[in-house]
Amino acid sequence: MMEGLILIGTIVAKIVVIIVALLLSVAYLTFLERKVIGYMQSRIGPNRVGPRGLLQPIADILKLLMKEIIVPTASNRFLFIIAPIISMTTAIAAWAVIPFDKTFVLANINAGVLYIFALSSLGVYGMLIAGWASNNKYAMFGAMRAAAQSISYEIAMGFALIGVMMAAGSLNFQTIIQAQSGGFWHWYWLPLFPLFIVYWISGVAETNRAPFDVAEGESELVAGFHVEYSGTAFALFFLAEYMNMILISALGASMFMGGWLSPFEGIPYLESAFAWVPGIGWFLIKLGFFVFCYLWFRATFPRFRYDQIMRLGWKILIPVTIVWIAVVTLAVQFHIGPWFKEIL
Amino acid sequence: MTLIHIIFYVFSAVAIGAGLMVVSSRNAVHSALFLVLAFVASSGLWILLHAEFLALILVLVYVGAVMTLFLFVVMMLSVNKVMTRESFVRYLPIGALVVVLMVGITFLAVGPAHMGLAIMPTPPMKPADFSDTAQLGSVLYTDYVFPFEVAGALLLTAIIASISLAHRIPKERKVQNISKQIAANPKDRVRLIKMPSSKRSQ
Repeated sequence: MMEGLILIGTIVAKIVVIIVALLLSVAYLTFLERKVIGYMQSRIGPNRVGPRGLLQPIADILKLLMKEIIVPTASNRFLFIIAPIISMTTAIAAWAVIPFDKTFVLANINAGVLYIFALSSLGVYGMLIAGWASNNKYAMFGAMRAAAQSISYEIAMGFALIGVMMAAGSLNFQTIIQAQSGGFWHWYWLPLFPLFIVYWISGVAETNRAPFDVAEGESELVAGFHVEYSGTAFALFFLAEYMNMILISALGASMFMGGWLSPFEGIPYLESAFAWVPGIGWFLIKLGFFVFCYLWFRATFPRFRYDQIMRLGWKILIPVTIVWIAVVTLAVQFHIGPWFKEIL
Repeated sequence: MTLIHIIFYVFSAVAIGAGLMVVSSRNAVHSALFLVLAFVASSGLWILLHAEFLALILVLVYVGAVMTLFLFVVMMLSVNKVMTRESFVRYLPIGALVVVLMVGITFLAVGPAHMGLAIMPTPPMKPADFSDTAQLGSVLYTDYVFPFEVAGALLLTAIIASISLAHRIPKERKVQNISKQIAANPKDRVRLIKMPSSKRSQ
């Protein structure tokens, strides 16, 4: 009984650590986003609240929490309230299987990749329900676009991940990362390069971020599916979006960039010189690179037109993945290079 | 009554309750959402049976893709037509007949005569590194490879059939020629004129 309680206690403690860290990183990611895009557009960005504007996210959070939640009279009250909760729950729950380090993972389950994939496909319900329950034409359009887009890009993303699963011969994250050990050139971004690019494009599309953010489309749909939401309810959607961004980055880091593995493995001098860096440090550096790319894309690319998004997903990304899966099949069969070793 | 029992009964109750709400709810969107809940609850039951691959695929395919498309269509329909009590009563006999048939067949196939600890002893607990996915794959691609391939071919036929049913000749579609759009050259469309700025009079 005592052992069970201790076990539950440690699990709850881990969950609390992960969630608090996530909330903090989302808060400062918004700050970073405004700063990075600001500098890219020759502006300074937020610099008024606290030293160098560092307390800006705190001020934003307080503002959102203080605001009144307005429920439109003609809306479907229950679904209107539950939609942001669904978005938030699926965004948080997916973090359960992300490996931060060799030993630090909340649930090291066998079908980890599938679990993440199933939860990310659930996330679209938050948007769909929000759009419908708001009883607003803009919101409805936003929800429709979001749903169509995430269904289409889920296929491309799934195929890209199938390549990784075939190369590693497993659905378990730790096994996938271990299979990439051996330094920078052994990670899967190189042998699976087309899949890596497809994964990254569809990851950006899946989170409805620029240049694929037609679901919000300020210029045409006001704010898309969350146009009727205010205060904390809006904050939940916002949090879910940013958590999903970090999640897609974490997935990219662990499946194509070797997760917590050091990039200097196998290089005589550098390996020992950087041996003091903990695995989680490498993981966070890789994750940070992907997150930065999100901001970079937003500052760089104009928004796609809706039919072009669909065309890119169905007619370009999916055929590319299908061809490369055939290539990976042959490579796995004949154990090509250092990447496709015989799985024992 | 262990924790597993409690989880089992909670998920079963949710699945059955959601199933009842699917047919009795008056709003089509609510029905679709209750169906989603029923799927999620039954995938929870499958996880209890150590069938994590099937459970996650159920969520991925049915909840993530099929039901999203369902909702998509249901939301587009004019949902203001609330189902009346009369139509419920009118469809009741045929519904009852279907229920009786289904329950009867299920009872014959997996009724108490086929169940119980005497016929089917409790399966031993699987070790922690037991991979249901690998087991399923090795059976599917060896013993059942022919039925599996036939099912795949059937699905492919269904895809081709549905596309050819919905496909329209280009004249009826408002299709955009993307390569033409990309190849558009500003020189063909915009004429830039050099004009000397004129001095303002006065």
